[in-house]
Amino acid sequence: MIALLRRDLAIATRAGGGFGLGLAFFLVVVVLVPFGVGPETSVLTRIAPGVLWIGALLACLLSLDRMFALDYEDGSLDLLATAPIPLEGVVAVKALAHWLTTGLPLTLMAPLLAVLLNLPPQGFVWLVVSLALGTPALSVIGAFGAALTVGLRRGGLLLSLLVLPLYVPTLIFGAEAARRGAEGMEAGTPLALLTGISLGCAALMPFAAAAALRVNLR
Amino acid sequence: MQQDRGALKSRGMASLWEYANPKRFMQVSAVLLPWMAGLSALCLVVGLVWGFFFTPDDFRQGSTVKIIYLHVPSALMAINAWLMMLVTSLIWLIRRHHVSALAARAAAPVGLVMTVIALATGAIWGQPMWGTWWAWDPRLTSFLILGLFYLGYIALWEAVENADTAADLTSVLCLVGSVFAVLSRYAVLFWNQGLHQGASLSLDKEENVADVFYHPLLVSIAGFVLLFVALVLLRTRTEIRQRRLQALLNRERMA
Repeated sequence: MIALLRRDLAIATRAGGGFGLGLAFFLVVVVLVPFGVGPETSVLTRIAPGVLWIGALLACLLSLDRMFALDYEDGSLDLLATAPIPLEGVVAVKALAHWLTTGLPLTLMAPLLAVLLNLPPQGFVWLVVSLALGTPALSVIGAFGAALTVGLRRGGLLLSLLVLPLYVPTLIFGAEAARRGAEGMEAGTPLALLTGISLGCAALMPFAAAAALRVNLR
Repeated sequence: MQQDRGALKSRGMASLWEYANPKRFMQVSAVLLPWMAGLSALCLVVGLVWGFFFTPDDFRQGSTVKIIYLHVPSALMAINAWLMMLVTSLIWLIRRHHVSALAARAAAPVGLVMTVIALATGAIWGQPMWGTWWAWDPRLTSFLILGLFYLGYIALWEAVENADTAADLTSVLCLVGSVFAVLSRYAVLFWNQGLHQGASLSLDKEENVADVFYHPLLVSIAGFVLLFVALVLLRTRTEIRQRRLQALLNRERMA
């Protein structure tokens, strides 16, 4: 499993692996927002946590369809399915690799972009913590969506239609924690619920995703 | 499968699983469908005419209260349609009865239409009463999310070519989606406080709606339930025929 993780990370970080594209997308989304809503700092300060969360979510979504598609096309997914490690484990490792190459960099980059949106200083910690706790859920739920749509020709569009409604609870709690943190309110409750969602998804979603993969590989 | 059916027969019991046989299903549903459709039309006409013309106006809401005869039943059926899809998806995953998977497929568009009716009537009522077509109220938002789940489910059915693969994938999506729909419901409650009134109907409360409105409402709900059953039967029959047609075409191509 560690070998698989190393391999996925190597593929993702290699040139043409799409690493960094998600980050660039995040940057562009955040830069576009002030053009859309106007440059008043008071408005930007108020919407900053939500915009950063939505930007991170979309950037995460962007790279999901690559999670299984490349391995499906060249046949290595079939080999992985017949390998001695359980398919659930493969899914979990691939979701972890996805998080390490998108969720984690997005989390680390968010404070830099928060400066552009004038996030109040006390909000930075909460933004990073909420993203760090919430983005794993995005990767694992996304793995399920990617597993459902792996064999389809126009899977990418369908993937976003399937996955976005599933992201609603994560987004609500994550953005709420970041917003409360930014306004200096108590943010422990949404953060705890967010962590619960992440842990629950990490525990259960690999099974659903593996079931979908088995159907698609049949 | 064969054995337990035999065992049931020997005990003289008709099993529910008998109707998993497409032929049996077609026979029984052919008899049931006209009755269901007729009863549903009767209930809807009685319930709606009674509700619209023979109940007094509410002392605060005026005649807008009468939209309840469309709004509450359609909202009820929108949720129950998803529950039915959940049950039939489980039956398909566990017992591999094709009729079950096709019934789930048949129910989805009906459920989506019910969701849209509930949202639309709610908006029409909300404009004069709340002064807005739409508010990000927990109930409204949950329904919107339910509508999105229906859309995704239908889109996945349409996208996958192999029928059995599609049935499997949509069933898994239905299970996962159900968990997340419930999760979203509570997340949304946490997120925003509501404008929507409490439940119009519940089993544990004495009275939420005055009797004059309540009785036509019950008739109208019965009409919607029967309408849903009739539509699902009709659509399932169409799906089965479509499947047979496809099988015939495939056989012709092979020959």
